[in-house]
Amino acid sequence: MLASDDDILARAEEWRRAGRQVAIATVIETWGSAPRPVGSHLVIDHDGNFLGSVSGGCVEGDVVTTAMDVIEDSKARSIEFGVADETAWRVGLSCGGRIKVYVEKVD
Amino acid sequence: MRLEHLRELNTARTERRAIVLITEVTDGAQRVVRGESIASDPMAELLDAALRSGKSTTVEHEGKSYFLTVQVPPVRIIVIGAVHISQALAPMAKLAGFDMTIIDPRTAFATPDRFPDVKLLAEWPQTALPPLKPDRYTAMALFTHDPKIDDPGLIEALKAECFYIGALGSRKTHAKRVERMKEVGFTDEQLGRIRAPIGLDIGSVTPSEIAVAVLGEIILALRKKPLRDPKSAAGSKAA
Repeated sequence: MLASDDDILARAEEWRRAGRQVAIATVIETWGSAPRPVGSHLVIDHDGNFLGSVSGGCVEGDVVTTAMDVIEDSKARSIEFGVADETAWRVGLSCGGRIKVYVEKVD
Repeated sequence: MRLEHLRELNTARTERRAIVLITEVTDGAQRVVRGESIASDPMAELLDAALRSGKSTTVEHEGKSYFLTVQVPPVRIIVIGAVHISQALAPMAKLAGFDMTIIDPRTAFATPDRFPDVKLLAEWPQTALPPLKPDRYTAMALFTHDPKIDDPGLIEALKAECFYIGALGSRKTHAKRVERMKEVGFTDEQLGRIRAPIGLDIGSVTPSEIAVAVLGEIILALRKKPLRDPKSAAGSKAA
């Protein structure tokens, strides 16, 4: 099912209440053509299950990895993705835009 | 994010209430502000602008950077009158992304045959409206030009401070309507918010063209005027 960003926050709460460790990633800034608007969410659990999107699938893998660290040490992080940096070939936005994603744990 | 904040965001959404989660991006400090408490918040102006746009955004306040997770209820349109214009408006509203409900107690008009893809309530507005809880994120259009059907809808719309209230009928019809509403106890300021004759003045002739004019007027009211007017939020409710 295609979940809206609202459903995703509801799911984050459900997952947490069910005892899972949960992180929420949110697009907090975009520059140029970005695939998902500011406010888009991705919710991730400690097993790496995720729901939603912060890009068109370009950087979700990296966000999930970061979310694992956030769940581990409870420290929120901001991460930026774009095509201009060295890692572009690995994780970057093919559309040419840049995004900043805030990843936080649900305590 | 604390589970408590997450719960508040989710509850507000279910109950159609506006809410903002404020995150200080550098240290992760968070708090939640409900729509109705915004006026007294130190960041009132920023929060108000964010709520009006309905979009999450990053803002600067006293040298610090904050991310605002903005949640506003989805806008919906309630139409009184299962008439020809409503038949045209229903698919247009759907395409434009609005949830629409039609209310008309006249069962000859309110038939699923005439309105296959829209929520239809064959009830009096005074019965059908309270459970729908019209609010500031609701547009109300009155299409019957029969006072005994339109007026109860209009009263609910005015009390709920719907962001858009439009009523079909000539200036003369509207003048009489205003008189009736004054007797109910509404003020000139409240009644001045009613758009009548309804619809943008684009020379509409057919029911479909009138529907375009009405939808355009609803979008204008939504996007160009503040949804949350601090003045009207302060009170001045009638009856």
